[in-house]
Amino acid sequence: MTAPSAASATAPSSSAPVLSVRDLRVSFSSRRGRAPVVTGVDLDVHAGETLAIVGESGSGKSVSMLAVLGLLPSHAVVEGSVEVDGEQVLGAGPERMRALRGREVGMVFQDPMTSLNPVLTIGRQVTEGLEERLGLSRRAARDRAAELLALVGIRDPQARLDNYPHQFSGGMRQRVMIAIGLSLDPAVLIADEPTTALDVTTQAQILDLVQDLQDRLGTAVVWVSHDLGVVAGIADRVVVMYSGEIVEQAPVDALYATPQHPYTRGLLGALPVLGERRAELATIAGLPPDPVARPSGCWFAPRCPIRAQACVTAHPPLREVGPGHLARTLCEVAP
Amino acid sequence: MRRFVLRRLAQAAVVLLGVSLIVFALVQLVPGDPVRVSLGTRFDPETYAALRERAGFDRPLPVQYLTYVGGALTGDLGVSFRSGQPVTTTLLDRLPATLSLALCGLLVALCIAVPLGVVSAMRSGSLADHAATVTSQIGVSIPDFWMAILLILLFSGVLGVLPPSGYVPLGEDPVEWAKHMVMPAVTIGVVSGAILTRFIRAAVLESLGQDHVRTARSKGLPDGLILRRHVLRNALIPIITITGVQLATLLGGVIVVEVIFSWPGLGRLTLDAVLARDYPVLQGAVLLVAALFLLVNLVVDVLYAAVDPRIRYGS
Amino acid sequence: MTASSATTPPGPDSPEPAPPPAPRSTSREVARALVSHKLAVFGLVVLGLLVVAAVLGRTAAPYDPNAVDVLGRLQPPSLEHPFGTDDLGRDVLSRVLVAARLSLVVGAIAVGIALTVGVTLGLVAGYYGRWVDDVIMRVMDVLFAFPAILLAIAILAVLGPGVTNAMIAIGIVYTPIFARVTRASVLSVREEVYVRAARSLGVGDLRLLRLHILPNVMAPIIVQTSLSLAFAILSEAALSFLGLGIQPPDPSWGRMLFEGRGFVQQAWWMGVFPGVAIFVTVLSFNVIGDALRDALDPRQRSAIEARGASR
Repeated sequence: MTAPSAASATAPSSSAPVLSVRDLRVSFSSRRGRAPVVTGVDLDVHAGETLAIVGESGSGKSVSMLAVLGLLPSHAVVEGSVEVDGEQVLGAGPERMRALRGREVGMVFQDPMTSLNPVLTIGRQVTEGLEERLGLSRRAARDRAAELLALVGIRDPQARLDNYPHQFSGGMRQRVMIAIGLSLDPAVLIADEPTTALDVTTQAQILDLVQDLQDRLGTAVVWVSHDLGVVAGIADRVVVMYSGEIVEQAPVDALYATPQHPYTRGLLGALPVLGERRAELATIAGLPPDPVARPSGCWFAPRCPIRAQACVTAHPPLREVGPGHLARTLCEVAP
Repeated sequence: MRRFVLRRLAQAAVVLLGVSLIVFALVQLVPGDPVRVSLGTRFDPETYAALRERAGFDRPLPVQYLTYVGGALTGDLGVSFRSGQPVTTTLLDRLPATLSLALCGLLVALCIAVPLGVVSAMRSGSLADHAATVTSQIGVSIPDFWMAILLILLFSGVLGVLPPSGYVPLGEDPVEWAKHMVMPAVTIGVVSGAILTRFIRAAVLESLGQDHVRTARSKGLPDGLILRRHVLRNALIPIITITGVQLATLLGGVIVVEVIFSWPGLGRLTLDAVLARDYPVLQGAVLLVAALFLLVNLVVDVLYAAVDPRIRYGS
Repeated sequence: MTASSATTPPGPDSPEPAPPPAPRSTSREVARALVSHKLAVFGLVVLGLLVVAAVLGRTAAPYDPNAVDVLGRLQPPSLEHPFGTDDLGRDVLSRVLVAARLSLVVGAIAVGIALTVGVTLGLVAGYYGRWVDDVIMRVMDVLFAFPAILLAIAILAVLGPGVTNAMIAIGIVYTPIFARVTRASVLSVREEVYVRAARSLGVGDLRLLRLHILPNVMAPIIVQTSLSLAFAILSEAALSFLGLGIQPPDPSWGRMLFEGRGFVQQAWWMGVFPGVAIFVTVLSFNVIGDALRDALDPRQRSAIEARGASR
């Protein structure tokens, strides 16, 4: 199913996208059959912009990003097209993938506690990439590592190079992960729910840090999250995923002001707002469909409060509902 | 680090004390008079009286225990009911044979288990993996005394290249030592190797699934480097545990192999002591095995601390 | 979009949401696993044959296992004597078959003892915690510290050799592993919401243990039972080999191997066939235990049972 070109519906920069994903499909073989977890995702990421991918657990947002870097387990089947700087990398072989990782596309993972090797020093974990991929000498790598730690706001970086992960707090560990993600100067940094495991204060600090780094280094950022509140502050464009496909995509202001898809509206409605009093938090009733057995028609229909007969018979395509704004709906909502 | 070692030594000493208590109680549990039971048909009043005197059975229990512990600390573990020889000397005579057997057996086991375990973890789910699992199940199920008989049948009987039994100290004649060591070590090594294979496989598999391995991959590091530095290094911790446990188990558990190969080791000594009701020797042997076991555990713990900084520095 | 419309139930024309997949029952899982593991099927077949042999006892044997025939001693395997005859002219096949019953019975009773005592201790230790837990587990630790054979021999040194004592000794040796496995399960189940809910309703401890906790810790216990049966039979054979277990003239696989060792050069069949019997039996129990473990909890791999597997 081809959508109207996502590229045409984008943002500020008119240059070619740094990362371009077309019709990305990922399925896992399970006991009950093939489970298509990602079903045709189109994305573009331009230099210097922040793209947010939002969705609940199981929406396929993390899996898509892991697929881009080829980090999924071997029983995952990945199809479609992934272009980095215009070059097709999906299916280009393990060596090409390996070259891509870290150097062209960096990644920051969700849980800083387990994502760092507990028996190696922080310094080693930063320098190994610098030594292996950039060919720096041990000495030069150490200096660069200290610079990177300072860049992400870690005090006394030279000394802390010899510390172990368990000697850092959660927020500090995530800063280290960001340093590692940026250490090879990638054009795109994918951050997979980097603040989910952190407390709110630390979360705000990390958000600020990433924005600051982006301004300074010009790196494009893909921020994956389940929290619409978190991405409001940092995203240029937002993509909403549901059950493996994109259901809405828009510049951030448009999404928050005039959300078109009932799911997006549900997500926004569920956000607690400071100063507003409610008897109870709003929720979206029901559960996402089982990937092995999705309904015909719109996949969100069973939970949709404004579902119509047409929604059950045909699977809606992504259509343009405003400048740079796409939604997978058949309904019209007054702005 | 030093404090860590000292603390562990103190703990070990306490446990050893507990073991000595149990060992002591063991003899007290024997119905009837241990000396009389042990002498059996060789009973004669003089020997009986002398042995009872020496073992101090007429004194009150706490005194007996303290005497025993005191003696143990100075190296005096009493006198054998059967041979009249000091227990300590007998034990020390037999220790090298068992020690060398256990170590060689462990070596064989590791040579089998490490490659097999690592490869089957890396190729999890493949035919090679399943074959390794089945092989390991077979290895664990083979009775060691049966395997020994089969080996003797083949190498001593049919082929006639190896001696069916006996022990030659390494210092005396390395070639003969090797020839006598091969079959016993292989017997032990196969069964131990099967057990170790499963654990090494599980440890490496778990390590492979860790998040930090994914982080390493996301840096685009070469597979070989990731394997060495991130997977295997982290799998070492559980592997060290299980190897230590195996060694400790072997030290006390090679009895059957020693019997078959007429190995002059602690195992056979223990068995003979049981059959002859030679309680001082039995006590001493159990105490020694327990001490060795604790020693191995201590070494394992120190190695842990060397490999895992979280234990060294404490969180 | 107001808050209330987000929670409005689906409209009148709504299709039913897809039904969730059927919950998997334990027994169905077990059956599925046992059948899909071809090796497990082999194990079950062997086990079936053994049970038949054990039940039939002497009637299954072609000859009287104790019938001495000095003229026909040390005969190699033939149509008359498929496993040959031993040094006293006794038919090896008959002896192997009759010994099967004893081995299985001894193994079963020993594991029965270990299971009863061990699971009880584990339940108590895990449920009541604190000093009760400490005391019980320290004792288990000390027992666990000894290699199985050594401990069994030491116990038999006190009790004296014989079948009954061997069963007790092996039972004691395998008690700690049951205690540990049970305790670990109890610890994880104890904090479940439904247990706390029942407790807060004032349900008595015993009832709680019996109705709520025990059913949920069954899975690892079942796995451990099969594995322990394997090792118990192996231990019994070893003890009999050393002369401490089943006493002659009752045939036992271990003892037959001991006798066969002396005649290895002249009569290889004496040393081979009893060993095959032990091997095949132990392998079956191990294979079944592994298959059960895969079915009931594929992620199960605690350090506790790591130690236990060497028992």
